[in-house]
Amino acid sequence: MFASSPTLKRGAALGLAVTASLALAACGSSSPSGKSSNPLGGGSASKTVVIGSANFPENELLAEIYSLALSAKGVKVTDKFNIGSREVYYPEIKKGAVTIIPEYNGALLTTSVDTTSTAASTQAVDAALTSGLPSTLEILTPSSAQDKDSVTVTQAFATAHHLTSIAQLGPLAKTMVFGGPSEFQTRTDGLIGLKNNYGLTFKKFDALDESGPITLAALTDGKVQAADVFTTTPQIITDHLVALADPKNNFAAQNVLPLVYKPAMTSTITSTLNAISAKLTTAGLLAMDKAVILDHANYSTVAQGWLKAEGLPN
Amino acid sequence: MGFLNFAWDWLKSPAQWHGPDGIPVRVLQHLGYTALSVLIAAAIALPVGLLIGHYGRGGFTAVNIANIWRAIPTLGLLILLVVLIGFSAFTWLIPLVALGIPPILVNTYEGVSGVDPDLKDAARGMGMTQWQVLWKVELPLAVPLILLGLQVTAIFVVATATIAAYIGLGGLGRYIIDGLASNNYGEVAGGAAVIVVLALAVQVLFVGLRRLVVPAGLRQQARASK
Repeated sequence: MFASSPTLKRGAALGLAVTASLALAACGSSSPSGKSSNPLGGGSASKTVVIGSANFPENELLAEIYSLALSAKGVKVTDKFNIGSREVYYPEIKKGAVTIIPEYNGALLTTSVDTTSTAASTQAVDAALTSGLPSTLEILTPSSAQDKDSVTVTQAFATAHHLTSIAQLGPLAKTMVFGGPSEFQTRTDGLIGLKNNYGLTFKKFDALDESGPITLAALTDGKVQAADVFTTTPQIITDHLVALADPKNNFAAQNVLPLVYKPAMTSTITSTLNAISAKLTTAGLLAMDKAVILDHANYSTVAQGWLKAEGLPN
Repeated sequence: MGFLNFAWDWLKSPAQWHGPDGIPVRVLQHLGYTALSVLIAAAIALPVGLLIGHYGRGGFTAVNIANIWRAIPTLGLLILLVVLIGFSAFTWLIPLVALGIPPILVNTYEGVSGVDPDLKDAARGMGMTQWQVLWKVELPLAVPLILLGLQVTAIFVVATATIAAYIGLGGLGRYIIDGLASNNYGEVAGGAAVIVVLALAVQVLFVGLRRLVVPAGLRQQARASK
């Protein structure tokens, strides 16, 4: 899900360069004339923040949540969603053309900050990010919501074998066929990691797709008994699947958190974003992803509904 | 040259020639997928082509449908079927059969309908039944074109059976998909090279088959007309 084609990337980069310069020009001309006193925002929210997002639905949804909550707190917000892949938006936030982006700590670390890092737990990943990020950037408090690889089984299989965690698979693995993308066979957090961390050896590995329709069909048809499915794949709800817990962090943490451009931050912004992260869970994100991706609900409606339900500014 | 070097380095390693992931096993799986698909495609397309050609009705429609049919993307159909019917024994078979039908159907129709009307008249004049005209006159005369259709289908299918690996099955596509996923270009190039060799082998097989099956009279005629 974090991949994108090189040609698309180049096109998007070009488009971004143009839109970013336009946006900067717009900020420069509009902020002096903007109203300085906002009855809701206190004195702290005088600057405009630019909220960006990557080019996939879940990330846009998260950006919309940030945007609605900050607007409700009186912060002047410009939305710049659907920018592209991390390779495209990361340079933009580094120079402050975008000031807030919803991120995934593990992927941010290994694609843009330290490609050789082996940090796996949320704490270790965040520590590596805090020391590795350039001085203009920082990560705020991580949410407990994670969008990461997992060992996923059907609800029926989990019930029949009393499973909630990968650690409980043990000898059962020898009777199971595991499905995942072909590269899962050679990745250190793939079959190798499952063997090293949990001592699991599966009966067979079937090379399928990356948490896509083929993997989901194989799992629900019983062609495979477990598969690598991303933890916020909405079909987890509709196909009655269970992502098993990963207590040994075989799959590196991918907590949702805001990546921010430090000079643009105020205490209102930081506390609003941290309040969102405090309430955001994987289950909550999964339900919102289902609404947006499978039920084609409107982003704003879903984001607003969640903020309201959690008692957050909306 | 890069491709050939990659392929050669991978192919000459003894590790590729043994075990359940070895080339002999993968070639057998690949030929199995191909043979079954071509047989089923022929079982559907041959009778239809013969009948349409013989009665001369619906030929235009059938040929056009078959040609439009060729535009169905095989991989797209495969993924659609996975989503619609899931993993059944037919999921991989349907796209390959669909790919194999048009060449056989069109060539059989053209072969039968192209038989000289005077010959058919003569056959009827000798008191042959419809069935005898088809079986003793039209079919033998159409054999060269029918064989060509089968050959085109077999080459299409042998080259496309790689898609079975896309849904976790075996065959030579395994090398291409696994190699691409792990940046092992030797495996990709080596697997592709084996598929090329198989396609050429199919070609040779049909050249031999033509010698065996085409009626002697037709072969003499072809030689005389050169």
